[in-house]
Amino acid sequence: MSKVIINDVRRGFYLDSVALMRFSRTIAELEGVDEAALMMGTPANRQIMSDAGLLDDAGRAAEGGDLVIGIRARDQKSADQALAESRAMLDQPTARGADAAAWHPRTLRAALKLEPDADLALISVPGDFAIAEARKAIRRGLHAMIFSDNVDIRDEVALKQEAQELGLLVMGPDCGTAIINGTPMAFANRVTQGTIGIVGASGTGTQEVSCLVSQYGGGISHAIGVGGRDLTPEVGAISTLMAIDALDGDAATEHIVLVSKPPKPGVAAKVLDRIAKSKKPATVCFIGAEESPMPTNVTQVFTLKEAARSALALDAGDADLAAIHVPSHRTRVEGLFSGGTLCAEAQFIFHAADEPVASNAPVPGVPVLGKTANGHLMLDLGADEYTRGKPHPMIDPSVRDEILIDALKNEEVGVILADVVIGFGAHEDPAGHFTNVLQEHHTEDGPAIVASVTGTEEDPQVRSAQMAKLETAGVHVAPTNADAARWALSAIRSRG
Amino acid sequence: MKQIEDANQEALRRMLAADPVLVDVLPAAQVIPELTDRMILHAGPPIDWERMCGPMQGAVMGIAVFEGWAPDLETAANMAAEGAFEFHPNHHFDAVGPMTGMTTLSQPVMIVENRTFGNRAYCTINEGLGKVMRFGGNDDEVLKRLAWLRDVLGPAMGKALGAGDGLPLKSLVARGLSMGDEMHQRNVACSGLTLRGLSPAMAETANDTHDLAEALAFVAGNDQFFLNIAMAMGKAIMDPVRGIEGSSLVTAMSRNGTDFGIRVSGTGDTWFTAPVEMPEGLYFPGFTEKDANPDMGDSTIVETIGLGGFAMGAAPAVAGFVGAGAASGAANFTRTMGEITVGENPEWTIPALDYLGVPTGIDIRLVVETGLAPSINTGIAHKEPGVGQVGAGVVRAPMGCFRQALETFAESVGVS
Amino acid sequence: MSETKVNQFLKTPVKVVNIGLEGFAKELEQQGVTVVQVDWAPPAGGDPKLADLLSKLGT
Repeated sequence: MSKVIINDVRRGFYLDSVALMRFSRTIAELEGVDEAALMMGTPANRQIMSDAGLLDDAGRAAEGGDLVIGIRARDQKSADQALAESRAMLDQPTARGADAAAWHPRTLRAALKLEPDADLALISVPGDFAIAEARKAIRRGLHAMIFSDNVDIRDEVALKQEAQELGLLVMGPDCGTAIINGTPMAFANRVTQGTIGIVGASGTGTQEVSCLVSQYGGGISHAIGVGGRDLTPEVGAISTLMAIDALDGDAATEHIVLVSKPPKPGVAAKVLDRIAKSKKPATVCFIGAEESPMPTNVTQVFTLKEAARSALALDAGDADLAAIHVPSHRTRVEGLFSGGTLCAEAQFIFHAADEPVASNAPVPGVPVLGKTANGHLMLDLGADEYTRGKPHPMIDPSVRDEILIDALKNEEVGVILADVVIGFGAHEDPAGHFTNVLQEHHTEDGPAIVASVTGTEEDPQVRSAQMAKLETAGVHVAPTNADAARWALSAIRSRG
Repeated sequence: MKQIEDANQEALRRMLAADPVLVDVLPAAQVIPELTDRMILHAGPPIDWERMCGPMQGAVMGIAVFEGWAPDLETAANMAAEGAFEFHPNHHFDAVGPMTGMTTLSQPVMIVENRTFGNRAYCTINEGLGKVMRFGGNDDEVLKRLAWLRDVLGPAMGKALGAGDGLPLKSLVARGLSMGDEMHQRNVACSGLTLRGLSPAMAETANDTHDLAEALAFVAGNDQFFLNIAMAMGKAIMDPVRGIEGSSLVTAMSRNGTDFGIRVSGTGDTWFTAPVEMPEGLYFPGFTEKDANPDMGDSTIVETIGLGGFAMGAAPAVAGFVGAGAASGAANFTRTMGEITVGENPEWTIPALDYLGVPTGIDIRLVVETGLAPSINTGIAHKEPGVGQVGAGVVRAPMGCFRQALETFAESVGVS
Repeated sequence: MSETKVNQFLKTPVKVVNIGLEGFAKELEQQGVTVVQVDWAPPAGGDPKLADLLSKLGT
């Protein structure tokens, strides 16, 4: 079988040997090419090419300053194509700088070399590693927001104590929401900037309050998350107290709102004592708590909506809700929530109205799911039992689908109550997903559906657009989660 | 641990304080008195004849003939197998050698003095590209060139250097970095700067213009001439960093073609070894990765001081050696090596990275933590003795060395 | 009273190192926030013994 060797010599054409080696490899890999080399024609290089069987008379006559293309191919056609390709490569260097921006550091340490002024580490690695990363962050002088959960509470305590000594804030673990100086972090909304500062042990509680403040014409200075366990006796509200200190000393903040599950009396006293020292007025919302004595500068409220209105010194603002017809044989309300605190708020409203209600994540006074045969159900679908091995329903709303379809077919269910949470971090179109399920499974004579949208017009999903989708699908859309719960309550009570 | 941070700061301080100067070229036996007849210094951690790779055996055979210990290569091989030669790492005698790294008594060595600390380090003269002893070449042409280096170029350089105060290397390397060298795969600029520095004195001290012309032409025609100077410089910089209690910085990385070895300051002269890896790179026409010998040579001392793969950002042209890597990705190599080093060298900077200093002081803790092994730019030898260089590429130091070193280091500071 | 670190933090535009979910970094970037994404991997390749040793030795 005959081989074709062709050479091409470019007089006085210099290219770096590394670039040429790359070209050589590309050409040698072409179909039909046995071997190829592009080299400067120095005696040593010509020897190498000769040894490789790549040189003809033209190449042999080249000099050190000449570029020699040597190709050995199966046939003339392959050789010609390879030569054409070689010439094209030499004439059109492919400089695009493609790899220049692709680099990401692998460690916090290296990240800080790139951005020495960074002041917050946002940590969402698996829980087993989150504390170690947070510890590195605070030791390098950064505040930390730990989105990760499944962190040992002893590690949380140790971390927060160390951070406290360093004067640094630890938000979390299990902190889903924060707004720092107008910047929404993780699961948060684009709200108006203003004078209300929020300290939140709950992500969706903080989202609902900050969005409502914004909706009512106010604004948020900062929303500081502290993590769901900060107000337990073990942690002792370390981050909550630091956050209150910060908002107290913050010139932009005129009113402080604290949102949390009801803490144990000792922790509550510690937190309220600190707020009492502030000259700023404050609103405290311990969702599900009884009324209790408060310092003179504090207004206690019981729902997230009240928290937002109280912070802006507005009246209760009861929404004008149209009557919803529910047939008498349908006796129950089923709440299907992606936001834990929104679920807690609904429970509180039903419980305060003396309606029997149970939940998988009960507020004080409400029994755990399964302990009562009859009554309404409020499910937190973001709780561990629903999300094990799956994303949170705020990220992937399909987590709610199966249970929603069951409720739609359930003859006992008179009203389905649901939340739609939008904003950064959330699903791109949760209302669209919800209404798709309704279109397929909802019938005229099925349960009524009441929902609200937590979010703002400035959020990527746009609140009014989400509300319109729900309304088009026949959903009764309330202005707030609390209103939605009350609406469902009045509908079920007036059935017939 | 504070003890470790303090020790590493001291180690880094010593690295940055170094003042390496090329001062002389003399026969090896004259500067390494322990180097006696039939003793062969080689690259990498300790190794015996049986475990040596092909090119290193080839080089041993060649150097035995060169030194007159054997009449021919075959006899040399038999003698080596019978234990006629004593083998030691260059590193144990203040020396380093590229690829096979043969150092024997009559070869001329370049002497780099670290004027801050008063220590000296040695390396033979670079033979050029192609069929050379450092890649296991051992035929007449190779041995003749070695004789010429011994008889002509070595003495000429020695005389020229002796006539002045030596050639300061720190500033020379700084200029080389700004001219696109990384001092391992690419030494074009520094070789030129060296020639510029030496040639007036070489001319001044020459006896024979023909010899001078040959000597100048040899240096001028060898783009890698500076590599061996950079290596002696690396050794001279790192030796004062050895033995700092509690320091987790690497003081040497080296490979013998079979094992990769590292030494760590806080664990003294212990070698931590693991099997060498295969370089990934580009091959000269007619050769493929099937022909390649695994990674070899003491030249990784240049990465140890922050050059070579660590300074890739200064030499985008070299980045192409990675295979798929684009020249624009060169900076990423340097940034990535910044993840495993404790500091930057403020005098050795890379213009394209906004004058970022080369990443300096490899910390074994950071290597193990990040899983990022030092990235090394290397030549590739043919696996059969006597063939020579077949390509060039990039290779990673094996993680095993660093894991072992970390465990021993932890014990040394009382942690388990 | 000198200003606390937390108050300084609240006063200045936040600059973030994002360790974990890349989506968070992308959303911050879109809002014009300075953010460095860390390509995080478990320390020491997830080897618990070495990771423990490293945490004691500190980095």
